[in-house]
Amino acid sequence: MIRDVVVIGGGPAGLAAAIEAKKNGAEDVLIIERDKRLGGILQQCIHNGFGLHIFKEQLTGPEYANRFIDEVKNYKIDYMLDTMVIKIDKDRNIIALTPNDGIINIKSKAIVLTMGCRERTRGALNIPGNRPSGIFTAGAAQRFINMEGYMVGKKVVVLGSGDIGLIMARRMTLEGAEVKMVLELMPYSTGLKRNIAQCLHDFDIPLYFNHTVVRIHGRKRLEGVTIAEVDSERKPIKETERFVECDTLLLSVGLIPENELTREANIPIDNITSGPIVDESMQTMVEGIFACGNVVHVHDLVDYVTFESRIAGRSAAKFVKGQLSFNDKSFKTKGTYGIRYVVPHRIDPLNVDDSVNFFMRVDNVYKNVYLTVKNNGQIITKVRKAIVTPGEMESVVVKRSILEKLNKGDIEFTLEEIKND
Amino acid sequence: MYDVLIIGAGIVGCAIARELSKNELNIAVVEKGYDVSCGSTKANSGIVHAGYDAHEGTLKAKLNVRGCEMYEGLCKELDVPYKNNGSLVVAFNEEEQKEVEVLYKRGITNGVPNLKIIEKNEILSMEPNIKDNVICALYAPTAGIVSPFEMAIALGENACENGVEFIFNCEVSNIYKDKDKFMVETNRGIFEANYVVNAAGINSDKISKMLSGRIFSMIPTRGEYCLFDKIIGDLVEKTIFPTPTEKGKGILVSPTVHGNIFIGPNAIYQEDREDTSTYIEGINEILYGAQKNVNGIDMRYVITSFAGIRSKTNVGDFIIDIPQRGAVNAAGIESPGLTSAPAIAEMVVSLLCDQGLVLRKKKYFKANRSNTKKFIEMNDEEKKKALEQNPLYGRIICRCEHITEGDIVNAIRRPLGAISVDGVKKRVRAGMGRCQGGFCMPRVMEILERELNIDRKNINKDGPGSYILTGRTK
Repeated sequence: MIRDVVVIGGGPAGLAAAIEAKKNGAEDVLIIERDKRLGGILQQCIHNGFGLHIFKEQLTGPEYANRFIDEVKNYKIDYMLDTMVIKIDKDRNIIALTPNDGIINIKSKAIVLTMGCRERTRGALNIPGNRPSGIFTAGAAQRFINMEGYMVGKKVVVLGSGDIGLIMARRMTLEGAEVKMVLELMPYSTGLKRNIAQCLHDFDIPLYFNHTVVRIHGRKRLEGVTIAEVDSERKPIKETERFVECDTLLLSVGLIPENELTREANIPIDNITSGPIVDESMQTMVEGIFACGNVVHVHDLVDYVTFESRIAGRSAAKFVKGQLSFNDKSFKTKGTYGIRYVVPHRIDPLNVDDSVNFFMRVDNVYKNVYLTVKNNGQIITKVRKAIVTPGEMESVVVKRSILEKLNKGDIEFTLEEIKND
Repeated sequence: MYDVLIIGAGIVGCAIARELSKNELNIAVVEKGYDVSCGSTKANSGIVHAGYDAHEGTLKAKLNVRGCEMYEGLCKELDVPYKNNGSLVVAFNEEEQKEVEVLYKRGITNGVPNLKIIEKNEILSMEPNIKDNVICALYAPTAGIVSPFEMAIALGENACENGVEFIFNCEVSNIYKDKDKFMVETNRGIFEANYVVNAAGINSDKISKMLSGRIFSMIPTRGEYCLFDKIIGDLVEKTIFPTPTEKGKGILVSPTVHGNIFIGPNAIYQEDREDTSTYIEGINEILYGAQKNVNGIDMRYVITSFAGIRSKTNVGDFIIDIPQRGAVNAAGIESPGLTSAPAIAEMVVSLLCDQGLVLRKKKYFKANRSNTKKFIEMNDEEKKKALEQNPLYGRIICRCEHITEGDIVNAIRRPLGAISVDGVKKRVRAGMGRCQGGFCMPRVMEILERELNIDRKNINKDGPGSYILTGRTK
């Protein structure tokens, strides 16, 4: 059977994309989810703060997911659980594996990739020392505690001030563990400001910037870590080393989009985001294959994932109906001077409905800057920012009417200092 | 009362057990660790060496060449992934070039087949990522790669299927003779045996002493490794060695049988026999060593680093002898111990026979392991059949390596099955991929809990004491 749209992944991105595809006229939409339930990582995020932008209220992760799951059911969108896609190709053939039906082949008119991301591990950081138990990614600990009902330790050090790490510092404190400290390699946090306040300050958990773990101790279970301050090149300063006793180390040191399927299908990947290169319709460089959510770039708010995924779902439906135009009037986006990356990577103004919301991350903390969008040396638009940090995604909206007037060159995003005059 | 009691369930002990199990004998293996392959075997380069390194006339030379010859057949019999990928010893200056010539001559004397010295162009056409200032290389087409712990597990499992008893968490403290019988004292009681084999790896000096055998000193040598993501798995196809130094074979760059790349080891002498921790200096050393020979070694793609201990001694060769009547030492088995293990087993059995052990071939020796293939390795037909028989093969637990629930259940239920998270990992690779178990560990524990019928809180990562969970939430 040929499906209209197959969405790979049943997390927030997949759910929103599937619903939007269906709403926009794709008849036969299928979600393939490898877990036993829909909702993705939101299932284990039992803290609140989700949905402020989309629903104008504070929801927990499962609540946020449920709104979409209910909608999937209302729209009678098909979904397969406990099913893992093991291969896709450029012609949109899908091979998946599932306990009930074994290996299945699905052909699809459009695919939306929403496989999310995974956490960086100790191995990727290459922290030397022993290899005891008691070292977890913050997400794995979250799953044990929130979904399985088990505690993973009593005395905890958190490495990295990513949001999951901050939230787990609070969660473990509430469960009776002693969270000794959070260490951050950089001179600034990579987590949201509100999480630093609500998860660390409110519980008197110290946060040390310019610090890292330089050694793991303990042969069976973790017995402690040696921590050190780092210099401006992020190299540990020997004299500052000290031992901290703990039985648990949580790592919250960055997320990596899960693009194994994408790579195997030879879909071009952006080296900075580690996600596929996408255009204004969230279409990858392979026709009919779309992507959205954390598989494209790591978002800090699920609301933004939803915004982005709605575009992908709508575009996939348009593509199926032959309404997505193709021409070579495509502009590339480019981040310079402080902007690490911009998504989408390419823009065809003719496919833009009303405007494009450009998402980007800065490479350092900057105060009092303009976020400026330029084309051909001309300023298209600029936004004043009191502060920008790598931990918070920035976005700029550009209207179709402006994009239509561009005629050559890249769309450039830069930070400009505001001079006091 | 055992006919033969083997001390140590590493690659050597397991190979000996399996070789002996072809006969009508009552055999036991006692192992200090909680599982097969807990010591040196666990963290090893996994190279099946061709046999040009060891000096002429040594046991190492003889057993290496013989072992290499046996490996492929043995792996086929036991269904262990093996790849005959060949090896290159690369030279970048005149001095190293001379060393390559020395190795070539030594290899010929040792009886290594098809050795060849090749020049720059041929090297680069074989391995385009080797640094292009390479001058020449020794090419050994008979070298191969294998997963060391999978090999040890396979040998142990097959020995077990053929009646060998394995006793884990069993540490030998003393051995004495009561008339003609050996009395082996352990923390789990006294075992009696007619014959004793010392395959105790890093502690083989202690056992040799207990057997009033040769006194030698162990020089525990730690070697660090880094394992890389499959993304750069095609960097080299052959195993790339620098020219050796007095410290050893040097830092190599090699693919693994499963498609990763790894680099290492260095060689650090240390007092401690158990310290397998890594150090930043060591990691930098192997990185530098690897980058000297091969382009594209990018630390961004490291997925894990680890260290192993080698049973190096002051003797300089394997110690395979008769410490006292009825006993055999297979001691000080450092590199090329993995390669030599099958040949060591043959030699140990023949030394036992010299002392009166009578071998009566078993009628029903089961040479092949069965039902060992992982789902991902099956062909379409096999996959279909596996799924029909067991739908659990349709559920992927380890996303990175595509290991299914069926594979994991199999790893637990097989003879000498997994009882820990790392036990599952060593047997079927769940958790060995780029996410290092971040996603699959909770699910592997769930399966262990169900299959072994033990509480999840009592499931260890590795050996006793390496608990993962500390209790229920509030």
